Amino acid sequence: MDDSLRGAAAIVGIGELKPERTRPGRDAMSLLAEAAYLAIQDAGLAKSDIDGMIVDPELAVGSGGGYAARMAEYMGIYPTWATGCDAQGAAGVAMALQAAAYINAGLATYVLCGMGAAVDPAMRRRPPAGGRTETATTEFQAPFGPTVAANGWYAMIAKRYEALYGATVEKRAKVSVDFRYNANHNPMAIFHDTPITVDDVVNSRIVADPLHLLECVMPCAGGCAFVVTSAEAAQSLPHKPAYILGGGLGILRGNLTHVGEITVSPVGRGARKAFSMAGYGPSDVQVMEIYDSFTITVMCELEESGFCEKGEAADWIQAHDLTFKGDKPMNTHGGQLSYGQASTAGGCAQVTEAVRQIRRDGGEHQVPGPTDLVYVTGSGGAFSQQSAMLLGSEATL
Amino acid sequence: MTSEPAYNKPLPTPSAVSQPFWDATKEHRLVYQRCRSCGTRVFYPRDVCPGPQCFGVGTLEWVESTGKGWIYSYTISYQPAHPGFADDVPYVLAIVELDEGWRMNTNIVNCDHDSIEIGARVEVVWDDVTPEFTLPKFQLTG
Repeated sequence: MDDSLRGAAAIVGIGELKPERTRPGRDAMSLLAEAAYLAIQDAGLAKSDIDGMIVDPELAVGSGGGYAARMAEYMGIYPTWATGCDAQGAAGVAMALQAAAYINAGLATYVLCGMGAAVDPAMRRRPPAGGRTETATTEFQAPFGPTVAANGWYAMIAKRYEALYGATVEKRAKVSVDFRYNANHNPMAIFHDTPITVDDVVNSRIVADPLHLLECVMPCAGGCAFVVTSAEAAQSLPHKPAYILGGGLGILRGNLTHVGEITVSPVGRGARKAFSMAGYGPSDVQVMEIYDSFTITVMCELEESGFCEKGEAADWIQAHDLTFKGDKPMNTHGGQLSYGQASTAGGCAQVTEAVRQIRRDGGEHQVPGPTDLVYVTGSGGAFSQQSAMLLGSEATL
Repeated sequence: MTSEPAYNKPLPTPSAVSQPFWDATKEHRLVYQRCRSCGTRVFYPRDVCPGPQCFGVGTLEWVESTGKGWIYSYTISYQPAHPGFADDVPYVLAIVELDEGWRMNTNIVNCDHDSIEIGARVEVVWDDVTPEFTLPKFQLTG
């Protein structure tokens, strides 16, 4: 394994907007810009220091190509290298890895990564009412009524998982409950003020059988950004660097339907690469930020990442305390289920939370035990593509 | 005077490559593509073969399916994906694997939802939703 990226770059600035149900009048560019300004200032940098930029194609919605350059102009930042990262929910992690590669290759020194998401209907394209479908793949989906926000696809994964391994909502529910406890200790979380119990999850309405409402993320508006720089440049910046120790992306399919066993999530290949590059194993991990679009997403990622055997995630979850005070602290900010999922910025917020834990800036939801080695994942599509990354403090180098 | 309400769910938008599939469904025939070079069975319709060793371009031929298969997975959807499905909830969205070894999205119809299970045998039934389009749906077989 080529380990030339190991410790070569670090995340040195983070910025995020509190997820809200809607942010009327704000579009994705505006939300990304606000988060980006927070991240650049957090890094102790000036706009003119930013010479690399990686942004999300959400910005292209309704406006076509050239979005990276238009985003740059919108903010008054003029880098010498800028690209998109079309990894959907896997993009937060994927952008960090891409930034490390650009930096290592000498294309840029201070790379701004981020995404913004609006849910104000006026600010975001919606499928045309009664409309026609758009691509070769949606042509064979939309006429049959897949449910909104991917619920139907993940429900089919969960249904099959139940048939193969027997884990029902009574066992999945602990994922939602433990993450909610974390959110109850994070003022930035959209569900900060409402605790839930296993019974609440089990008794919440079924959205797409077998998934219940409290097992599904709620679409939010928000933004999230971070700045990556070289290990060398990181030394003179104000915060303790969060070093990128290793990572990878796995693609198994483009649509859920046609290829492979659907309960196998694609993170395995990325995880093996991440651990191999970093020189650590799953048992070394002290904190996990596991992409949680749905309860079932977390379970399959834990299995494919090597934290437990296939089919054993439900039992593993029952055996461990996933709260920030627990023996396996996970999704310490509340997870997307309870912190909020502002589209792809939801995955990005799991990266910034990992950085916060390494800095030990988590405030009320800071993990009390060691937080030197954090495992972060991202997930795009319906088990289409997933990313994995290990971030570490200086002690892990 | 009364008239049937217009069909208000999303309709397929056939492309040059997928048109033969929708032409066949209008005749109540279910077809898929098979590579004459490597034998890979392909769905959704494509111009190139995705077979692991194959670089076939224009090698995919239309083949008729038996229309029989089994439920690979399914969900009973309580939330409509689109306003057109509002009156249908709860409805069954499924991935069916045909006996030839290819999978498609569809709906399971004409049955009590409690009788559906993964692995259950199904057969195609035809839903002539508009004069132009017929959708392949599936029902449980004896």
